[in-house]
Amino acid sequence: MTTVSPLRLAKVFVEVSDTLVDEFDLIEFLHLLTMRAAELADANVVGLVLANQHGQLQFMAGSREEARLLELFQIQNDEGPCLDAFRTGVTVVDTDLRSAATRWPQFAPHATAAGFRYVYAFPLRLRAQVIGALNVFGVDDGRLLADDDIPIVQALADLASIAILQERFMSRADELTVQLQSALNSRVVIEQAKGAIAQSSGVTVDEAFSLIRGYARSKNLRLVDVARTIVTDLAAIPEFARPGR
Amino acid sequence: MSLPTPAAPLNDPRKVRNAGVFPGTLLFAAPSRARCAGGPKVTGSTDRWVRALGLIAEQPWPDDGSPGVRQSLSRICRAAVHALSASGVGVNVLTRDGTQGYVVASDDAAYLLAELQFTLGEGPGVDAFHTRRPVLVTDLGAEDAMARWPLWVAAMAERRICAAYAFPLQVGAARLGVMVLFCEQAGPMPGDTLDQALTFAEIVMMTVLDGEGNPDQGAQALGFDDASGYRAEVAQAQGMIMVQLGVSIGDALIRLRAHAYAESRPLHQVARDVVDRKLRFDGS
Repeated sequence: MTTVSPLRLAKVFVEVSDTLVDEFDLIEFLHLLTMRAAELADANVVGLVLANQHGQLQFMAGSREEARLLELFQIQNDEGPCLDAFRTGVTVVDTDLRSAATRWPQFAPHATAAGFRYVYAFPLRLRAQVIGALNVFGVDDGRLLADDDIPIVQALADLASIAILQERFMSRADELTVQLQSALNSRVVIEQAKGAIAQSSGVTVDEAFSLIRGYARSKNLRLVDVARTIVTDLAAIPEFARPGR
Repeated sequence: MSLPTPAAPLNDPRKVRNAGVFPGTLLFAAPSRARCAGGPKVTGSTDRWVRALGLIAEQPWPDDGSPGVRQSLSRICRAAVHALSASGVGVNVLTRDGTQGYVVASDDAAYLLAELQFTLGEGPGVDAFHTRRPVLVTDLGAEDAMARWPLWVAAMAERRICAAYAFPLQVGAARLGVMVLFCEQAGPMPGDTLDQALTFAEIVMMTVLDGEGNPDQGAQALGFDDASGYRAEVAQAQGMIMVQLGVSIGDALIRLRAHAYAESRPLHQVARDVVDRKLRFDGS
């Protein structure tokens, strides 16, 4: 295949990221992600598996129904590219299934018999942790992914990790509390910053908020980060540091 | 704000059992055999405050000089051990860059546990301080915990600690330190215990802020006021005072609270005056 056009790539990432809003459907998101990964990679089947708290992989989403079967076969037989990617954290690249019978004595013949030729597997990573894997299968002859495409699919896998971890945190009561605590405290930081700017710039707290927000937007910074800098190191922001009563 | 009578809401047998053990020998008490499975069920924010303050009031003052902030914190830590079914509770009061200020704990063993993480420079308490969010480690035997804090986890294993829960002591951008619970049994903390732990963290925070003042009175006079919901004007006033006096946000917080005490007025009213520019702290 040819390398994906930057425009197409940008559109896919914008589309996928757009669904990462406050309340999103994780399964729907992962489904969309496997569909887009399949399109970008010009692959026949893309599947995504995720480890549960015991380290066992579970099928989460696939671009087609075959993905489920391919993943389940690997999980049940405890061998295959997605398990390798998950266990080693290393991407399984460009593996010809016809010559992989030594590596995967059960999976390789099974996948070959089903008409698949090539396989890739990308770990879903978060720092040192691997939480699952994204499998890409192809039936076509020749190379499935260009070298330049491999980081693109890995980036999609990384995006999945971000989404999943967010969802996992929110599904555990104590992590929800942690998130809430953090969010609440961020709000207090913003109020403290409003007070600081109201005082230093001689404006109301509402006007101060507009100033802080405008500054954050113009510099493409997160509001809470700007607020924290205002409260801990006002001099670091010359726009706000001018003295005034 | 009126305080509901903290009339024996505590049907906790441990309280009775330990009542005669603590005085005098407290600092050398063996770690409690209690687990982190959660104490009696408590509902509602007010109940949690009543329960915490009631337990703190039952704790004797340490017999080492006049009651000060460290002695107050020691009582709070001991009360937290009971309320949260922990083996030990430690409070690290830190400087702004995260270096050790002082440590107070429920007993000697907990003191060592609390101190160790900042000596080693790793552990959930260190992370909670730097990430500004609670770090709940339900199983110190898990691989990710060992990978994250190898030295600290090894030290905890020697001391049979299987879970640790760290809470940052912070008000917005003002960071004072961390409170850490140490438990001998792994497992997630039940939601109500977690909420109770957060209440203790708030009480610890106010006690540190109020310095040598009487923490029980402080918490009763202003605690419910603070706890009754987040008040924007209090945080805004802190920011204004920070600029007026050219001090840190932490110092601004202390000044605002001290003023409310001195004037015997609710914190949010004083804050309102600051935001409305009826009251200034720089004397101009």
